[in-house]
Formats: sequence, structure tokens, C-alpha cells
Amino acid sequence: MTDTALRIALVGNPNAGKTALFNRLTGARQKVANYAGVTVDRKEGRLSTPGGRTIRVLDLPGTYSFESASADEAITLAVLSGRYRGEAVPEAIVFVMDATNLRLHLRLLLEVRRLGLPIIVALNMVDQAKRLGISIDVPQLSQRLGMPVVETVAVRRDGTQALLAQLELGIPPVSPHRDSGDLHADVRAIMADVVRLPTDTKTLDDHIDRWTLHPVFGLLILALVMFLTFQAVYAIGKPMTDAIADSMEWLGQTLTASMGDGPLKGLLQEGIFGGLGSLLGFLPQILTLFFFILVLEESGYLPRAAFLLDRSMLAVGLSGRSFIPLLSSFACAIPSIIGTRSIPDRRDRLVTILVAPLMTCSARLPVYALLISAFIPHRLLFGVFNLQGAVLFALYAGGILAALAVAYVGKLLRRRNQETALLMELPPYRLPKWRDIGIGLWERIWIFLKRLTGVMLALTIVMWFIASFPSAPANAANPAIEYSIAGILGQWMQPLFAPLGFNWQITLALIPAFAARESAVATLATVYSVAEGQDALLGSMLAGNFSVATALSLMVWFAFAPQCMSTLAIIKRETGNWRIVVLSFAYMFVLAYIAAFATYRLAMVWL
Amino acid sequence: MNSLRLSDLALHDRAVVEQVLDTCPSDPISARLRDLGFVNGEPLRLTAKGPFGGNPLLIAIGTTRFALRRNEAERVIVRREAA
Repeated sequence: MTDTALRIALVGNPNAGKTALFNRLTGARQKVANYAGVTVDRKEGRLSTPGGRTIRVLDLPGTYSFESASADEAITLAVLSGRYRGEAVPEAIVFVMDATNLRLHLRLLLEVRRLGLPIIVALNMVDQAKRLGISIDVPQLSQRLGMPVVETVAVRRDGTQALLAQLELGIPPVSPHRDSGDLHADVRAIMADVVRLPTDTKTLDDHIDRWTLHPVFGLLILALVMFLTFQAVYAIGKPMTDAIADSMEWLGQTLTASMGDGPLKGLLQEGIFGGLGSLLGFLPQILTLFFFILVLEESGYLPRAAFLLDRSMLAVGLSGRSFIPLLSSFACAIPSIIGTRSIPDRRDRLVTILVAPLMTCSARLPVYALLISAFIPHRLLFGVFNLQGAVLFALYAGGILAALAVAYVGKLLRRRNQETALLMELPPYRLPKWRDIGIGLWERIWIFLKRLTGVMLALTIVMWFIASFPSAPANAANPAIEYSIAGILGQWMQPLFAPLGFNWQITLALIPAFAARESAVATLATVYSVAEGQDALLGSMLAGNFSVATALSLMVWFAFAPQCMSTLAIIKRETGNWRIVVLSFAYMFVLAYIAAFATYRLAMVWL
Repeated sequence: MNSLRLSDLALHDRAVVEQVLDTCPSDPISARLRDLGFVNGEPLRLTAKGPFGGNPLLIAIGTTRFALRRNEAERVIVRREAA
């Protein structure tokens, strides 16, 4: 099928607002945040101008220059030079330029102009520029550049009218202007003629940075921010979580009250309402975590944290640039691994990809929370700390420490110690846009509900099925479930995990956990309810069936094990190398096995 | 003249870039620095130092702020401005 729509590409420096503009133009909901390198892939959308013209819009990763590129910048270069497979060179470019950062962005524009494609300049964030006292002579700028220049405010509803009107008119070819060969000199000449900057370049941001980047206060603030985030997950999310889990439990019992006892009742009551219902209960906690991550992303604080931690991360063989991907791993490792494209150094990127899955993602939270509330007594430690909270903290800290240790081993194994660059832009601070945060949370709810009603529901039903059939022979000596497919499969695999203290039911639950970690909860609920046909609460049912040592060992296993199939698939896609996938799986398996084994043995001795 | 390395500036010093030196032929880090605007005549300011060993450095150049490690900043030769 031939497509006659005009094809335009959004090009510009990182953090110029290309994706915000793209979302505004096409109605898309691509992720935006306040740091360089949020967009790491090309994204396509369509827009219709008021006059009814259809235009295909391509959003590209930001780039600083056409030379020396990181993986995300390389995509932009490939598209613009026609080397990107399946993508023709765009017919025109909308060059998105941050009006508050003209000097840097004009240089790239002059470099892009050399391509000879028609260009419209979208002078973005003009509202902010005015507030800072930057005045720009737009007609003069347009004349000097030989291309139309329109003002845009991508974050405002009516902020793209001028751009749409210009797109309606068409994009004229660039009028012949030759640069002198020294782009910086040309930029300076243009700046001198068209831009008036305020004399005082010190801004509010500098005053904030004095505190947030202070050697002592900066680190204290960072520690406080992290501490508050995790406290909030418990303080705000936990009460809602309990309320939802209780009401799902009640709903399950009410709905199945009239049913006769049997495996189907077990599936509905324990598997669906008990297992999946208690997973649904974790949504408030997950959303609280996401809320804090989104606010941090929008504010411009994250690159500051990366600045503060660069030195320490370098010491263990990572880079400050690894900080943002690793932080987002607390939500999920998959976007985090894709996000590593903005790390320019290949080795730094690879190490970050390898250790990212060790960060405690939100899918582990339900498993931890369930086991902790079932097995860890609710009492105070040293009179101040809540013991349950301390165990959860230890699991999170264990993941971080393991990641640092693995990165350090990687550093020791690195034969040549090549110099790597940081060269990271720190964006201006910005008040979070509640609309963006709302969209981010809404998408999270959708993803979670889709997972719950899709893959996890399916896994729960499959697990119920294999736990119920075939039924036991007439003169069976053992419980019926041990003759089912699940029983046979679990018992067959169990010897491998017996040293960790796992019984065959837990071993079985590890299989669906490989597709989705949370489904271990629902599987355990199903298997035990099929076996016992009782309607106890999931937590107390677990507590009656295995020891505290086993529960601790299982949590440690979940902290380190290579459990998520989608993560391994993304590692393959991003590195293009099966050896990395195998390495990643193998080291995590060994690490988890040893750690869980040690935990089990020590717990047996001490508890 | 009053030339020194960017890495030797004191906190809050203002200076003007003279040049970026290549530490090896076609040094990619130096090329990137020039692309980011570290070219002769650009005024800059050292606005912050990292908490561990004063590394990395935060440089305000124009209206942009860049975090540079010491070894990157050593490539940039600047002229200190009278305060």
C-alpha cells in the first residue's frame, strides 16, 4: 500500500520537548520526563491539520550532534540518513528547539540544515524563555536561518496552533544559506543579532542546586528523598492494600457460599479471589511507588542524583548515567533496560543491563508482602524498627548490594580500563505536570489490570487444572493432589530445590513465576486449596504448610533469581547477543541458589 | 597568559574557554565537548563540585549545565575572568 501522507520527523537536542510536542500533535501518550534521553526509540503517529491534511509524524531520540553517538542517537542518525531499515528518509523536518537553550540547539540546527531537507523550526518553551527574560526576534531568526520559525508551547493545549498553520501552508525548501564551516561562529553571529539574554544568568535553579548538589546536604537530601519514597509505599499504600485484599476475600466467600465443596470452588475462592484478589490489593502500593518515581522524573531531580552518585558508582564499575535506569528498575526492569540506550559507553551500558534485574521490581512486592505478613511476627526490633518493615528493607537493600557487587566483579574482569565519559546535561527544575503524572499512573493501572486478567488469570487456571487432574486412583495412599500433573511435575523438580528448603508446591509455583513473578502467590493459593479444600486465609494457609526458614529462603530466591521471561527477551533484543542472555540467567541462578541455600541453613540454625 | 585547566578552577569561578585539547588523535570526548559548546570565547562558570573528591564538576555554559568528570574537564583550557 502506498502512503501519500507527508512524512515529517521531529528532530532536536535531548530534552527539547519533542515528545511533548509529538503527544500534543498526534494525541499519543508517549512517556515524557525532565531529563535528557527519555525517548530512546523512533515512534510514529499521525496528525490532521485543521484543513484536513494528514501528516505522518516521526518522533526521534534527541541528539547533541551527528558525530560520536550513543545507541539512541544512532537511531536518529540512521533515520535521517536513510540507513534505518524499513524507514524512508523523512520528506521534511520539524526541528524542535528549546528557546531557553538556543546556543546549544542552534548549533545542531545548522548541522541538520546541511542535510538539505525542508525544515520548520518549532521554537519550543517560549513561555519559559519569556519568564527568564530571554527575548528572541523571531522574524529575524527565520530570515537568518532561511526557514520558517514558529513559536510553540508543547505542554499547552493551544501551544501548537502556529505549527499546525505552518504545516498547512507546506514546508518550503531551505533557502540557500551556506554556513561558514565554523558552526559555533555562525551560531554566535546569529545569537548576537536575534537574541537578547538577561544580564544576570544566575537563576532560581542555581540557588536550588546550591543545596541539592552540596557535598553534605545534597547527599542528605538524596537519602531523605529515597527514604520518604519507600516509607510512603508502606504508609499510604499498605492500608488500602489490606482493605482491598479483605474485601476480595469476603467477595469470594460470599459468591461461592452456595457452591458445594470441590476443586472448582477452590479455584474461584482461593485461586481467583484469594490469589488474584490479593494481587489486586497491591495496586495502591505499586501506584504510590510509581507516583514518587514520576514526580522525581518530572522535576529534573534525577540527573542531580546521578551527579551526586557518579563517583561512587564509578568506583564499582558503573556510571552516574546508570542511576536513572537502575532507579526505574524498582518499577520494572524492562523499561529500565530499554532506557540504558542513553548510556553512551558500551561497557557501562552492558553492566547496567546485567545488574538492572537485581533491583526489586514491583512484581516482587506482592510476593514479599504476602510472605512477610504470614511469617514475620509483627513486633518491634531494638524498640524502634518494625521487624516486618526491616525484612522488606533488607530484601531491597540485598538487591542493591548484589547489583553493586556484580558490577564490581565485572569491573575486575574488564581487561582494559578504558576511560569513559560522563558529559551529562542537567535540565532546569520544573514543577511536575499533574496531567503527565495522571497519565503515567493511569497507564500503570491499565498494564496491571491487563496482566492480572490476562497472563496471571490464565496461569492460575492452568495451575488449577493441572493440580486437579488426573484424579487419584481408587486405592490411593497419598493425598489426591500428588497424583495430579502438578503433583508429579512438582515432585519431579523438587530434588533440585530441596536444599533450599522448598517443598514441591513451592517448586511448582516457580514455573508460572517465570512468566510473571506475582503469579506464584495465586499458584500457591490454588495448589494448597485443591489439596485441602478449605477456605482459610491465604497467609495463614501458607504459615501452616512451611517453616519460617523456608519462607525466608523463598524471599531471598525471589530477590536474586532470573525469573522474568520478558526481561530475558528484552536483554536479547537490546544486546542482540544470546551469550549475554545466558550469562545473565546463569549468574542470577547461581547467586539466588547460593544465597537462598545459605539463608535456609542459617535460619535453621538460628530460629 | 592566565590559562589553566577547567578542572583547576575554584568553585563559582567564572572563565572563558580557550580551547579543548585532544588527548589522542581524533579524541571522541574532546569532539563531544566541542559539540556541546566548549569552544573558544564561550564564558562558563563552575557551579558545583561532586561530594567525593570534588568530582564530577558542574559547569554552567550559556544557559546549559553539564556534569563533567575531572578527566573530561582537564581537556578544556580556560582563561579565568576577573571576578
